[in-house]
Amino acid sequence: MECKGEALCAEVIRISASDVGKCMRCGKCSASCPSYDEMEYHPHEFAYMVSSGDADALLESDSAYKCVSCLTCSERCPCGVAPSRLVEAFRIIKARERSNAAFAPERSVFDDGEIPGQALVSAFRKFSK
Amino acid sequence: MQDKQINGYRPKIAAFCCNWCSYAGADLAGGNRLSYPCDVKIIRVPCSCRVDPIFVLRAFRRGADGVIICGCHPGDCHYTSGNYHTRRRMSLLFSFLDYLGIERERMRVEWVSASEGAKFAAVMNDFVSEISKLGENRRLEDVRCKEQTETRLSEER
Amino acid sequence: MFVCHCGTNIAGTVDVEAVADAMKSESGVVYSATYQYMCSQSGQDIIKKAIRDYELGGIVVCSCSPRMHEATFRKAASSVGMNPYMVEIANIREQCSWVHKNREDATSKAITLARAAVAKLKLNFPLTPGESGVTKRALVIGGGIAGIQTALDIADAGYKVDIVEKSPTIGGKMAQLDKTFPTLDCAACILTPKMVDAAQNENIRIFSYSEVESVSGYVGNFTVTVKKKARYVKEDVCTGCGLCTEKCPRKKIPSEFNLGMDNRSAVYIPFAQAVPKVAVIDSEHCMMLKENKCGVCSKVCTAGAIDYTQKDEYIEEKYGAIVVATGYEPISLERFGEYARGMSPDVITSLEFERLTSAAGPTHGKLVRPSDKMKPNTVVFVQCVGSRCEPSLGKGKEYCSKICCMYTAKHAMLTKEKYPDAEVYVFYIDVRTPGKNFDEFYRRAAEEYGVKYIKGMVGKITPDGERLNVSASDLICRKKLEIKADLVVLAAAIEPSPTARALATKLASSMDTNGFFTEAHPKLRPVESPTAGVFLSGACQGPRDIPETVAQAGAAAAKVIGLLSKERLTANPCVAVCDEEMCSGCSVCGNVCPYGAITYVEKEFRVPGGRTKARRVASVNEAVCQGCGCCAVACMSGAMELKGFMSSQIMAEVDAICRTSR
Repeated sequence: MECKGEALCAEVIRISASDVGKCMRCGKCSASCPSYDEMEYHPHEFAYMVSSGDADALLESDSAYKCVSCLTCSERCPCGVAPSRLVEAFRIIKARERSNAAFAPERSVFDDGEIPGQALVSAFRKFSK
Repeated sequence: MQDKQINGYRPKIAAFCCNWCSYAGADLAGGNRLSYPCDVKIIRVPCSCRVDPIFVLRAFRRGADGVIICGCHPGDCHYTSGNYHTRRRMSLLFSFLDYLGIERERMRVEWVSASEGAKFAAVMNDFVSEISKLGENRRLEDVRCKEQTETRLSEER
Repeated sequence: MFVCHCGTNIAGTVDVEAVADAMKSESGVVYSATYQYMCSQSGQDIIKKAIRDYELGGIVVCSCSPRMHEATFRKAASSVGMNPYMVEIANIREQCSWVHKNREDATSKAITLARAAVAKLKLNFPLTPGESGVTKRALVIGGGIAGIQTALDIADAGYKVDIVEKSPTIGGKMAQLDKTFPTLDCAACILTPKMVDAAQNENIRIFSYSEVESVSGYVGNFTVTVKKKARYVKEDVCTGCGLCTEKCPRKKIPSEFNLGMDNRSAVYIPFAQAVPKVAVIDSEHCMMLKENKCGVCSKVCTAGAIDYTQKDEYIEEKYGAIVVATGYEPISLERFGEYARGMSPDVITSLEFERLTSAAGPTHGKLVRPSDKMKPNTVVFVQCVGSRCEPSLGKGKEYCSKICCMYTAKHAMLTKEKYPDAEVYVFYIDVRTPGKNFDEFYRRAAEEYGVKYIKGMVGKITPDGERLNVSASDLICRKKLEIKADLVVLAAAIEPSPTARALATKLASSMDTNGFFTEAHPKLRPVESPTAGVFLSGACQGPRDIPETVAQAGAAAAKVIGLLSKERLTANPCVAVCDEEMCSGCSVCGNVCPYGAITYVEKEFRVPGGRTKARRVASVNEAVCQGCGCCAVACMSGAMELKGFMSSQIMAEVDAICRTSR
């Protein structure tokens, strides 16, 4: 299924259940993001592009795979927009597009020495309390 | 024409409007010449909380086909909290109407502010068309009253 | 019965003659006429003549909305001796001729509406509005700039005013400020003369260190009990010399006035310009009061003002009007852990910054880091901390705190003025500067002073050795910023004073979801509360800056003066009335009344056998009742009625409307 433009944004909103209209462009999400320098598009741009109805570039970019799912952006967001859920929605859409080949090797961040893998971060979050 | 209903049937509708919001909203609808069926007759009350459920039942007993209560939006009541009382009382009345066997669609509670002339007209149009579909309210009409009315009307003729 | 043509406004759609004719046969109608313009002088003359000629007991005017001309016709009727409440209006313009096109339908509806009005009128009875006197004294609750200005304005008009202030001195938040925007003049220089004026004005009494205990009564006749907390110092004897504060052995108590940035003693004067300049003993820390060991202050006091046996004092006073001026507080930032507040003393709030730069502050106006008293080279300001937050997250406030953009610009400028070589960053979401000379002020900070304004919020602040690591994103350059800061200033959101809610309950005055007092009308009655006789001044109603507060204080004072200048108040006669014979004293009506107008009294009633028996019955205060009718519906025994809108009258209208054939 080719998902583009407004339809893509609607799908992202449906999957993430995130109210992107509430975003007031404060950028606190990006300011909190540990993967900021790795990403081509930053968390606030996810929210902004989805709300503006043109997020095709996000699907092309590998920014969604640079996210380590630390969920800090959602924790800090004063508007309850939860950018991490938007990022996750892009990963889900991408995974569904590729059906069985969900995580293509060239997209994987597991071999990226700079930032920890998602699984590691979630494990840390889960067991550190 | 909006004023002409299907099959010549004309419902009788009593509308209770609070003085500060809905009555002013109805006036605004008039000021803007937004028409709604003339079957709606407005009774002015100081606040929607002045509407005793008894009044509604009385209207049904005397042959009204629909009753609508309009008040300020919740939180905007001129008397601070009157419409909250209305909301509670009328939700009880809805279940009581069910119990009596009157279609609950015959009664409606709407929040219309003083600036919502268009909403007032739209609500009335919608309510009248719904009541027209339901037809005459026979269940709770006091037959004795009707006879009186008819004798009276024939006398007048 | 009078039917108005209103030119062609009514007559164009409604056959007015037919209406008048039909009404002639209605029982009880003795006279029915039409006229071009009933509201005109000649139209009114027709009404007056008919009332006289036919000795009419009541009239129905079929015309425009009662909201338009009810008062006109009532006045006309009362000029010829008819009770004005025997006039009923059938609205056949806004709710008939203007909304219907079909002439036949509109005419029959007009007849129905006229019948309903007649049916109601038949059950009307003459009403006389109640009158009450006005106590020529006003109460101002809160002694900040709002309260002081309101009190001064009322006192200037020659009325007595009392100010009740919960802290030991008046002055409020403004006394803690250093400079004020946009003129950068010193807050103390403009406020302290006003404080002295208030203290010296013979019409103003100041109850400092006092709280409102209870309020009863109604507009024009409030009775208020003020609790004067024991200060253990005789207010009229103390000279304010300050010797006791120097000698007091307990000196390590964080000063409230300097927000804990320096210490005070257990007996203290809040600040040098305090009004009244009288010492107060903090009973929580005074060893004499706690353990009966010490007594130094009483030994050194040459005036003999110290009195350890003082008790709380209750003063009852009557007032005609009450002004609420309880002001604001900065919110607690404990939920914003990411800003490292509490982890480093160098993360301060804006109000603390004011104290740091103030010449009368803990550092005598030297802007230094609280931790090591060193000059800060990099200062970061963070705006909107706790403002504009999604309320469901439970962290901050939904609203914009309004004053932060301007005071942050001011702080940035002051920093640059003191240390021109310092790096100053302001992180903002939006810069909001509506107001006279406000935007110019902000632009001056950015252009002339070289303050770096960066769009984007700060994500996290981490203490890093002696400095603070500020990570933020520059949304416009799409760049991550890591700034090593020496001092971080958080523009905390402001919220209503925590004491306001209890006060609102005592005053039966309403509050919005954020705890700000609601005004009677957001546009047209902005300084009055919905409760008659209670007025609002300053930030208790919503965030506002000093010029706005002063303007509102003057407006509130004008409203108070208008009320106090009246000899008698006329009340709306359409109020609730209780049939004491039927009342069972069940208290349901009192619980639903939004104004607290219903009280219960024990009354003697005659019972069979020639004896009397005391019974509890409801009693309506006609001056407080606003006539919503909620109690009448809630009453289970049908004892409560609303004059002018009695159940029988509304039912008569219902009957009249339902009587028409289909």
